[in-house]
Amino acid sequence: MSVTILYYALTAAHVMLSVAMALALLRMIRGPRAQDRVLGLDTLYVNSMLLLLTFGIGSGRTLYFEAALIIGLLGFVATVALAKFLMRGEVIE
Amino acid sequence: MSQAADLPLWAAIAVSAFLLLGSALALIGTIGLTRLPTFYERLHAPTLGTSWGTGGVVMASMIFFTVTGSRPVFHEILIGIFVTVTTPVTLMLLAQAALHRDRAEGDANVPPSATAGTGAGKEAPAAGTAD
Repeated sequence: MSVTILYYALTAAHVMLSVAMALALLRMIRGPRAQDRVLGLDTLYVNSMLLLLTFGIGSGRTLYFEAALIIGLLGFVATVALAKFLMRGEVIE
Repeated sequence: MSQAADLPLWAAIAVSAFLLLGSALALIGTIGLTRLPTFYERLHAPTLGTSWGTGGVVMASMIFFTVTGSRPVFHEILIGIFVTVTTPVTLMLLAQAALHRDRAEGDANVPPSATAGTGAGKEAPAAGTAD
């Protein structure tokens, strides 16, 4: 019983997060300006991190947790660097 | 699904509810990112996914591993704290960059700088027009 409930909830979560990643990718491709693309990339990072956490629940292993943590860290650094590039025209002054 | 067999029913219901809440909020936020008309409105939408979207999924993961491992597991809260702290920083920087670019192009839809004309608001030349 609990396996069935968890199976359906995990499948629904996978589908919803995959659709969310596809929509963020759509915004990243469509633009229209550079800051929209950066925002789409940031949302893509967050959604993929959540998808990895749900994979971790589904498999019962803690391996996915570390990957999700690293994706969260890299997403922060990437978005800050890109925002600084849009503001100043260079990343390291 | 190997460890899920010995999960009690209340834990399965709690994990499923938090999972569905988190992923549905992330999906709603991303739909808003796709459909809202201007950039400054779109900037608000993904924060649904980074506040309660992340909170719900992290809570589900914590409950699952605490019950199946029969010991408290708290390291998922690192992701929750980190995302909660860093999202305002990144989005504020991105909004400042977008405002700077719009002002540099003379867009009439954004308000002028508060220090315009005094010389105090003088900044670096505009970034390249990488549209």
